[in-house]
Order: sequence, then C-alpha cells, then structure tokens
Amino acid sequence: MAYSEKVMEHFNNPRNMGELENPSGVGTVGNAQCGDIMRIYLDIDADGFIHDVKFKTFGCAAAVATSSMATELVIGKHITDALKVTNQAVCDALDGLPAVKVHCSLLAEEAIHAALWDYAEREGIVIEGLEPPKHDIHEDDEDEEEY
Amino acid sequence: MQKQIYLDNAATTAVLPEVLDAMLPYFTEQFGNPSSLYSIGSTAKDAITDARERLAAHINANATEIYFTGSGSEADNWALKATMEAYSDKGRHLVTSAIEHHAILHTAEWLEKNGYEVTYLPVDADGLVSPDDLRAAIRPDTTLVSVMMANNEIGTIQPIFELAAIAHEHGALFHTDAVQVLGHIAIDVALMGIDMLSAAAHKLHGPKGVGFLYIRKGIKTRSFIHGGGQENKRRAGTENVAGIIGMAAALDIAMANLDARAAADLALRDDLIARVLAEVPYSRLNGHRSLRLPNNANFSFEFVEGESLLLALDQLGIIASTGSACASGSLDPSHVLLAIGLPHEIAHGSLRLTVGDETTTDDIDYTIESIKQVLERLRSMSPLYEDFLQGKKPISAVK
Repeated sequence: MAYSEKVMEHFNNPRNMGELENPSGVGTVGNAQCGDIMRIYLDIDADGFIHDVKFKTFGCAAAVATSSMATELVIGKHITDALKVTNQAVCDALDGLPAVKVHCSLLAEEAIHAALWDYAEREGIVIEGLEPPKHDIHEDDEDEEEY
Repeated sequence: MQKQIYLDNAATTAVLPEVLDAMLPYFTEQFGNPSSLYSIGSTAKDAITDARERLAAHINANATEIYFTGSGSEADNWALKATMEAYSDKGRHLVTSAIEHHAILHTAEWLEKNGYEVTYLPVDADGLVSPDDLRAAIRPDTTLVSVMMANNEIGTIQPIFELAAIAHEHGALFHTDAVQVLGHIAIDVALMGIDMLSAAAHKLHGPKGVGFLYIRKGIKTRSFIHGGGQENKRRAGTENVAGIIGMAAALDIAMANLDARAAADLALRDDLIARVLAEVPYSRLNGHRSLRLPNNANFSFEFVEGESLLLALDQLGIIASTGSACASGSLDPSHVLLAIGLPHEIAHGSLRLTVGDETTTDDIDYTIESIKQVLERLRSMSPLYEDFLQGKKPISAVK
C-alpha cells in the first residue's frame, strides 16, 4: 500500500483545516470504532454559495487528504453543485487511493452531505437529491459510553 | 539528508557486518549442497552441524532437537499443526492465548475448521495470561498449550515457568513462540519446561528467511514438509546454508553481550516511557510496566489515529509501528490492544517504539520532541479533541 504524492501533500499541508465560528451547517460522519471521523463546517451565503468550508478529521492519512481535497472541491460552489462532488471525484483529484482506503473518500462525500443536510434543516429548506446522513454521530450514542 | 531513527527493531533488524561476513562464503565458494558427499557438500554440512550445536547450546538444548525452518511463522505452524495431528488419538484440544502472533492465531483458526477445538485464554489489562485461567481451561483431551514468551506488540513477558508446569501437570505439551525473546533475554528450555519453541533470526541482527523450531527429544511430531531427508526427515528441502550460518553467528554475538545490551535498551526505553508519560498529555503505556521486553515501548495517544502518527513521524525521520486498523487495511485495530481492554479509538491511536543497539539518548530526545510536535498538529485537526476540549463527551476513562 502506497499513497500518491498528492495524498501525502494534502496530509502534510491540509487545506481548510479548522472550525467555523457560526457555520451554516455542520456534519460529522464515521465512528471511532473504525478509526475515521470527519467533521465539515459550511458557511453558505444567502444565494446558496459555499462561501467558506473547514474540516476536522480523526483518521489515517487518506482520511485527512480526502477531507482536505473535498473542501477544495466544494468551496465557492453552489450547494446544488457541491452535492454533485462524488467520492470518485475526490479520489481522482488525489491521483487515486489504495483499494483499502477508498472508503475514506466515501466518508468525505458523506461528511459534505451531512453538513448540507444540517444546513437544510436549519434553514427549513429541501435540497433536491440530498439524502439524510447515514453515519451521522449522535451526541447521546450509548455505545460510546460503556468502556 | 534527513536523519533516520529506526525504532522498529521488533519488526526486524539489520544484519550485522560480522554476520554477513560469516554468511558470504556459503553463497559463493562454499556453495555445495549439504546432502552431497563430495568435499564442498560436506563443508556445508559440517558448517550446519556446527551452527546447530551452537544454537542449541544457547537455549540449553541438544543439537538434535533443533529443526531449521524458513521463518518463525513456519515454526509456529509446524508446532501446532504437526503436534495436534500427532497426538490426535489422545485428544484434539489446543489452548492458546488471545494475544498470540497471527502465525499462531490463524493456525489455531485453521485447526478449528479441521476438527480441533481451541480455547483462547484472555489476558489482563497488562497483557498477562493468568495461570488460573489456564488451569480452568485445560481438559483431559488437551494435547498442547501454546503461549508466547513475550508479546510482539506490547512486550509483556508471560509467566512461562508456571504455564509450562500447569500444562505438564495435566499431561499436555507446552509450546512457546519466542521470536521476540531469543537474543534479548536468556532462554533455558530445560529449566523453563519448554517442549517446543519457535524463533527467527532476523529479530536479532540475523538474516530474514530463517528460523528454527526446538522440539524436545521424545516428542512425537509429523514431517512438516515431505521430500528429502533434511532435518531428520521432518522438514525436507535443501537447507538455507548461509541463513543458518548467519543465524548462529547473530545469536553468538547477541548472547556474548546479552546483559549489557539488555541494560542499555532498558535504560533508553525506561527514559522514553517516563518522559512520554510525564510530558505528553493524554498518553498511556500499553503492556506491563516491568514484565516487558527491554526494548519495547507501546503508547496510546488519545484523539489521534496511529497511521497518521506513523506517517507524520516518518516525515521527521522516525520509524515506528502502530496497531491501528488503518495501517493494516483491516477495520479492527490490533487484537492485542483490544484484548487488554482498550476501546477502539484508543487502540487506533497506538504507537510501538522498539529501541536497538544503534539507538542513542539524542535519538530519544528527538523522538519525544517529534511526538509532541506531531501530536499537536494531529490533535488540532481532530474532531475528537475538539469535542473533548468543549467538554462534550469524554472519549474514554482509560488512564
């Protein structure tokens, strides 16, 4: 298993890493059991354009790099176009991922979608084609408490 | 060029120049087949005989009890499969531990699929197998107990004397995987009551691709590889002559200054452990504090994932190892870290550092500073750390 130079470059110098103070939407996906958690913060303007985006990720180099790349691919886009950013697009932009790491790119797509879902809920709007997040982390997840 | 600090001596070690020198003639001038009768054949055969005697002496065994293999994993496979089969009239039950190397665990799983029963002994929070658990698990049809001498990930050393004695009290044989121990701590198979022992050369500055299985005289075993008459007809195939010579040379050197090396490793390792635990917040030591291999340190750093840690340290020239799932391509983190009771997210953030003869105090200083630097970066990136700082949800109570 070897990472592309691009993956390592994004791992070493992640873009848009951090938090947003007053985000329009936040999405957290993955779980600590699998070793990957991604959180995406979106700042969306009145016209529906993604003005700013930040991420935080607990995970391997592939998880960090896919988060970083996903933020680059959605920043400046309208939410309807951001929704079309697929895991394949993230993967391709990183010059590919080792087969065992492809699920990380899926997580990046899901994190964007989860943040958009949160935004839609806050705004009381429906974003066409957006499914509710599958792997969102619930604050009161009891499985996490038993250790 | 950036400096390189190799702290993965439990993974493998460099062949020593003296070892290489001892090996080289057997690739070229002395290339004869040990099974051939002419002179270069008998030169090779004599060299193997001599190596076998020296290796045997280092663990207080007889030369006829040493069977060369291609690896420690092969020795483990052989010990389990051939012994369980040879004694299947008596019983079909194997007892082993939950923290064995995969060479044992996957072989045990294979045995389970082939009509044998296996009990996996749990370990405590330090990674120790309890003799009482062994007593409770052992049955009249138990033919073999296999517990590793020391764990490759967390370094915990098992109470081998006691476990072997319990196996014998109940009429079972005792095998131990000593791959991490040979050349690092003295082994006396007679004193310890060991019936079979697996070892490999490359963990003690010998070559890769060669190991041995010690099988005490009188124990029934089946041939593991069928063919020629090598290894008392138990393991056919032309011998890895240079490898065997190299293994004996490496063990000679390791045993000649065993105490001094162990003391040096221990001093560096203890300094590393003490300082990491004191200086790095939200860190813990995995494995037993004192009953552990002298070169082994294994930490968990909360809120970060091990593969990221490994790669970030690699960029700074530090070579280490992790029990994170992400580094292995599977979904679960190390079975050893889960067996000692770590929750998944803590197990994912593990880092194994194993010092060696080349390690200096400067290396330890640099490593600790690098760990701090890398952790600061990775934690600033971690949503788990963010939640923790905001008091949202304690990640774990492990400390």
